[in-house]
Amino acid sequence: MNSFPWLSVIIFTPWAGALVLVWLRRLGPTASRRLALAFSLSTLGLGLAALAAFHPADPAYQLVERHRWIPALNVEYHLGLDGMSLLLVLLTGLVAPAALLASWRQERAPWLYGLLFLALQGSALGVFLALNFFPWFIFWELSLVPAYFLIKIWGGPGAARAAYQFVIYTIGGSAFLLVGFAAIFAVTGTMDFPALAAGGALAARLGHPWATVAFLGIFLGLAVKVPLFPFHTWLPPAYAEAPTGVSMFLTGVMSKMGVYGFFRLLWPLFPAPLHAAAGTLAWLALGGAVVGALAALVQDDLKRMLAYSSVSHVSFCLLALFAVAAAGPGGGAVSAAAALNGAVLQMFNHGVTAAALFACAGMLEARGAGRRGLHDFGGLRAVAPVFAGLCGVAMFASLGLPGLNGFISEFLILRGVFGLAPGFAAGACLALLLSAVFLLSFYQRVFHGPAGAVARNSTDLSGRERLTLAPAVLVMFLVGLVPQLALGLINPLVTSWVAGGPHP
Amino acid sequence: MNLLPWTIYLSLGGALLALAAGARSAAAARWLALATAAAGWGVTLVAAARFTPGPGLLTLIDAAWIPELGVRYHLAADGISLTLVVLTGLAATAGVLFSWNVAERTGEYFALYLLLIAGVYGVFLSADALLLFAFYELAIAPKYFLIAIWGSTRREYGAMKLVLYSFAGSALVLAGLLWARAASGAGFDLADLAAGPYTAGQQVGMFALVFLGFAVLAGLFPFHTWAPTGHVAAPTAASMLLAGVVMKLGAYGCLRVALPLFPAGLAVWQPVIAWLAVAGILYAGAVALVQDDFKFVIGYSSVSHMGFVLLGLAAANARAVGGAVLQMFSHGVIAGLLFAVVGRMVYDRTHTRRLRDLRMLPLHRLLPFAAVTFVLAGLASMGLPGFSGFPAELLILVGAWKTSPVWALAAAAGVVLAAAFTLRAMQLAFFGRTGAAAAAPPAPALPPITWPERAGALLLLGASLLIGLRPDLLLNWIGPSLQSPLFQAVLKGGAP
Repeated sequence: MNSFPWLSVIIFTPWAGALVLVWLRRLGPTASRRLALAFSLSTLGLGLAALAAFHPADPAYQLVERHRWIPALNVEYHLGLDGMSLLLVLLTGLVAPAALLASWRQERAPWLYGLLFLALQGSALGVFLALNFFPWFIFWELSLVPAYFLIKIWGGPGAARAAYQFVIYTIGGSAFLLVGFAAIFAVTGTMDFPALAAGGALAARLGHPWATVAFLGIFLGLAVKVPLFPFHTWLPPAYAEAPTGVSMFLTGVMSKMGVYGFFRLLWPLFPAPLHAAAGTLAWLALGGAVVGALAALVQDDLKRMLAYSSVSHVSFCLLALFAVAAAGPGGGAVSAAAALNGAVLQMFNHGVTAAALFACAGMLEARGAGRRGLHDFGGLRAVAPVFAGLCGVAMFASLGLPGLNGFISEFLILRGVFGLAPGFAAGACLALLLSAVFLLSFYQRVFHGPAGAVARNSTDLSGRERLTLAPAVLVMFLVGLVPQLALGLINPLVTSWVAGGPHP
Repeated sequence: MNLLPWTIYLSLGGALLALAAGARSAAAARWLALATAAAGWGVTLVAAARFTPGPGLLTLIDAAWIPELGVRYHLAADGISLTLVVLTGLAATAGVLFSWNVAERTGEYFALYLLLIAGVYGVFLSADALLLFAFYELAIAPKYFLIAIWGSTRREYGAMKLVLYSFAGSALVLAGLLWARAASGAGFDLADLAAGPYTAGQQVGMFALVFLGFAVLAGLFPFHTWAPTGHVAAPTAASMLLAGVVMKLGAYGCLRVALPLFPAGLAVWQPVIAWLAVAGILYAGAVALVQDDFKFVIGYSSVSHMGFVLLGLAAANARAVGGAVLQMFSHGVIAGLLFAVVGRMVYDRTHTRRLRDLRMLPLHRLLPFAAVTFVLAGLASMGLPGFSGFPAELLILVGAWKTSPVWALAAAAGVVLAAAFTLRAMQLAFFGRTGAAAAAPPAPALPPITWPERAGALLLLGASLLIGLRPDLLLNWIGPSLQSPLFQAVLKGGAP
């Protein structure tokens, strides 16, 4: 059980990199960037190694690490890996290096940028791998610190306000999440996720009405982080003001921390309260999907459009979860399995696709000398065919074209939700249709039409920019054409959830 | 353990020597003060290493003092006192480091400083109520002079207000103790006083007097107003000690005297205290959010954080009280650090504490060490996990939830407020001008951060991180102490 600590190595290698950067802060800018990139790439390498060691057919936690830490509080250092966390570790490994490449030209204090970015990356990995509330919450909260400074110091003109709003909203949610766990610890004396879920009947032990209060506290903390409509108002300014690489990481990985929390904490710990609330919550998820798409439709700022599009697409994951939870054990097993497979895969797919789209927005911004309005561009395809091609793939993946990754997960979600709650599936289809409208009109205005001033002075993608987008595009095709690669990792886990109820 | 009384004697001796040395050389007084404070801290650490946790007070020395009054020179310690004397040693050492630049009447400054420390050690080690009271008074007088002579903004007003509030509080405590002694008929030893017997009605009255008297010094809302003005007026090291250690004297008095002696009183007053504590957390947090004086932000944040301590005491179960003691330690370290950054690192260099002036300076460029220290201290103050405030607040929330979930929910709003005001102050003071704007007009050069400042900051930061990651180091001392029969009468529920 406690053999070589692979998972700790995955989490702490980026943090070690951050320390190295502190040590070598007098290094030249290019050297610091390369160093940061090398440490960031470690996640992909170690994640693939973990993939090789992983037994997909076994839904239990693997590569488990468990050590006594604070006996007085019954806290253990407990890490574990299952299909869902493995997929998210791989996602982090894909998005983080690409995000560093996308902000390669960042001239101000590259060592500090790399340091904060690696700190953020390590925290996200910790969230996906920790199985005890104490370490989990350390990673969860610590991720805010580098994110705050990355937005504030390297962001756009409104960054100070956006960063402040982002942190206060998220800490506001987390404070109530903390009270929820304080309540759980007060009645059970443990903070271990698997132990809490296995103990069962948490709601009954908390008693009426405090079980509902604890449930709502944890819900609030996670919902703000995702964010679930109507807790999303911090998101558009934060994503829009952040530097490109940070927007990529925020949408690609950090928004998944919240969704992951719903699957790992809220559902297994509070199946009954979630079952009772899911009918209402599904409306919020559907609202997020539709309102996010509608809002994206009327944006002129590219990054804001993508930010709202993220709200819309991430809501699909939660819509699937809420539909399954609302149907309860009596719902169709096949539909439930499809919806959950789709939801977990959608976390991965949206992470890859949305990060790629934000990278494209950053490349446009660089060509437009800081402008990123939809009307500032036009006719880019003629001068930048490679850019048009790669961005087109990402755009089509985002709107769910068959053959690309987004189609698989969205189809599975719709298929599952249709079997459980047909009305919601119909509403979600509307959101997809709206997505197609704004994404296509974005593509048309930027790449087609007469060449504008920007297009005339632009060049095609540089080697570094191609390297930023190419791996993501490759994964879009790979998962789109051979979805078993990803589904094989999560299907046994999902099947066990459907058969035996959720376990964390 | 038997070494611990030496902390008092060392500090008193050091005070005399510093006074004598200061007449000739300021540097000698400084080094003497540092040696004394570090030696005291060393004594507490050695005692801690030899300490075996267990229930009950361990007598260190017990001699007759004023037999006519039944007052004994009785010093004793348990895990709670040990936690707080270790904190005192740490804060005292760091405080000397942050007073390195005191040039005016240096010898007297450090003499008063060490006298204050001796009083604080004495309170934490007293097992006789009147002895405790005597040490408590001993700690008040030097504070007045430290503020009135070496202070800044409205120092006479701040010093006077602080001392009047403290004396009013002590008068209440003394009245309560005399009443208790008259009713019990034995001496002033805490064990004798606890034996009673008191009627329930008497306990309600005695508890009110003693608890309120001590709680004034812990910053209980609405009797907290001395704290921000006193903290702001005091010189840096005195603010560090005031917020870091002296406010803990009040909370310690509540815990050591009021709670175990008058359990029936607590039962009656519990909801009142809890709601006042919650009101303090929220009110002081809201006030800190709109301050323009950087030091007032930290002053009100201290009141808000001490509200958590009082809430933990009011919740009256082992987890909450354990959390309260942990919070005393944690806040002592963090508040000390925050005052050090604001008072010593920033104010002594920029000569302004107004946030609207500070935001015009690119302080993160000019004083990067101060900026990083304040960011880390601010994160600790916000209760971020990994720092000592987190396990403390978590335990208080857990314990408060056990007694009344509504208290825990209300206190959680205080956590959000703490994040808001800390972040606001940090943004305005250190990152008001970032990016291109930072370089635009040439910024004035400020004297670099000196080695004592670095050493003091690293000491305090290290302590907060250590306890944040290994809170059991202290909880293993505190938990068994709460198992003593005296505490068991008033606390409900198992180990912290």
